[in-house]
Amino acid sequence: MALNQLSVFVDNTPGALADIAEVLANADINLRALSIADTERFGILRMIVSDNRMAVSVLKGRGYIVKETEVVGVKIGDQPGKMAEALKVLDLAGINLEYLYAFCARTQKHAYLVIRVADNLKAEETLTAAGFHMIEDADVAKL
Amino acid sequence: MKYFQEKTETMAPEEIRKLQSEKLVRQVRHVYEHVEPYRWKMDEAGVRPEDIRGVEDLPKLPFLTKGDLRDEYPWGFLAVPRKDCVRIQSTSGTTGRRVVAFYTQHDVDLWEECCARAIVAAGGSEEDVVQVAYGYGLFTGGPGLNGGSHKVGCLTLPMSSGNTDRQIQFMMDLGATILCCTPSYAAYLGESLRERGISPEDNPLRAGIFGAEPWTEEMRRSIEKTLGIKAYDIYGLTETSGPGVAFECAEQAGMHINEDHFIAEVIDPDTGEVLPEGSRGELVFTSLDKEAFPLLRYRTRDICILSRRKCACGRTFVRMTKPMGRSDDMLIIRGVNVFPSQIETVLLKEGYAPNYQIVVDRVNNSDTFDILVEMDEAMFGDTVSAVTGREKALVAAMRAMLGIGPAVHLVAPHSIQRSEGKAVRVIDKRKLVTEDENFLNRKN
Repeated sequence: MALNQLSVFVDNTPGALADIAEVLANADINLRALSIADTERFGILRMIVSDNRMAVSVLKGRGYIVKETEVVGVKIGDQPGKMAEALKVLDLAGINLEYLYAFCARTQKHAYLVIRVADNLKAEETLTAAGFHMIEDADVAKL
Repeated sequence: MKYFQEKTETMAPEEIRKLQSEKLVRQVRHVYEHVEPYRWKMDEAGVRPEDIRGVEDLPKLPFLTKGDLRDEYPWGFLAVPRKDCVRIQSTSGTTGRRVVAFYTQHDVDLWEECCARAIVAAGGSEEDVVQVAYGYGLFTGGPGLNGGSHKVGCLTLPMSSGNTDRQIQFMMDLGATILCCTPSYAAYLGESLRERGISPEDNPLRAGIFGAEPWTEEMRRSIEKTLGIKAYDIYGLTETSGPGVAFECAEQAGMHINEDHFIAEVIDPDTGEVLPEGSRGELVFTSLDKEAFPLLRYRTRDICILSRRKCACGRTFVRMTKPMGRSDDMLIIRGVNVFPSQIETVLLKEGYAPNYQIVVDRVNNSDTFDILVEMDEAMFGDTVSAVTGREKALVAAMRAMLGIGPAVHLVAPHSIQRSEGKAVRVIDKRKLVTEDENFLNRKN
């Protein structure tokens, strides 16, 4: 079970994100979630998309550097306090977060956390034991 | 004391030529007998030592390049038994191979005398306290001026480069009167003194001898003002001994080349043809007196102009302009020689494609040095720390190769400016060359 995230290296220049968005739009790829880590000179765009293989192919075709990384996808209730619950579980298990972002699905009554940690398996086991459900690429495609 | 060696420094031009001719004949024989790679060159060119009867025959001799010296690293151009050598100095090194220059005691003395002439030309005498803030070690700057200062009889402060607090403390406490360092460090010291509330009148300095990197007349005036001194230029290169090959006098109108030890020619860098006096071209040196590392017709790659017009200081040695540029792609950044090929070597070794751009600028009289490197797929990670970690590793590798640390920035693939498909490797924004062709005629 795995949720795969795409990261793209982008220069901190005007129009950089617009170009990526257009490339994905042209390939009919749906963005489920994204987050940007930005520095003064460069940024890292992280995305959960509907079709990884296609997205990687069109982005690389356009000259982008793309990396696929396994992250942890957690389904939580779309209610106040649910993220806090999930994070507390990880905290108690001593699991450190590298980064995190979240998204909601219009068709579902759920929200989803995308979590990057050093040890995915440990995080997944911890969360599962606490009653959380993980999502993977196939689930994202259905959203 | 106006001259360090008055008789030599004011010798009539025809006497200099006669002296050079005698020394050249002897030196060519010495080189032909003891330096195998140069003997091959002469044989290939069909020149015999007896064909060289004077300075007029110099153009018959083949040129030497830095590449020739690197190919024979380390011993190939050594012209005396190893036991006769007392010292080496070395260039900063390109693509892992440095040029090592050897010195006998006689060679060291001769070099130090050249530096002593520069110090005296800058008004120095045994009354002076000379603060040498060039680097010491393989770099020739520190050892050269240190030795020259001893020869003049000055009290010498062997500070080496850096540690500005200590520089200022010794300068003030010991009353340094002459400062020797790179012009950018002189400018930096000036700023630092001002920050500490020490005005130009309150520091004991009265002269500075600055070299090892390009600088402009504007920078000279700025340094003279912030330090309250007169600033003198000095020129040299490791291959010919080090600083002191040429030095400036109080006229500040070009640098006198020590013609009793070196013959200077200016050539067309493309054809190798010797150009008449006053032409702009590549400077070529022949060492007349060096025993251990005697280079004949060594191409410096520095572009300059020579002038034989009489100088008001009384010295008769030919004058050269500051280098106006290079006939190769070498950059001088904070006094250190940097070749784009060195950066390429580091990138390949670290697993990157050689897609890079060097950006050099001068901000507040000191060089900035940035290298943009296109990100490689294998090097990319999804976290900021993964990317900055790669940048830090590249900075460390660059510092190890170049001796100075650039700022390294990973950038998106294909983002580096290309001109006609070829990446623009170097952007030098410093505009360091302001000399016009009349520079040598100024004040004369």
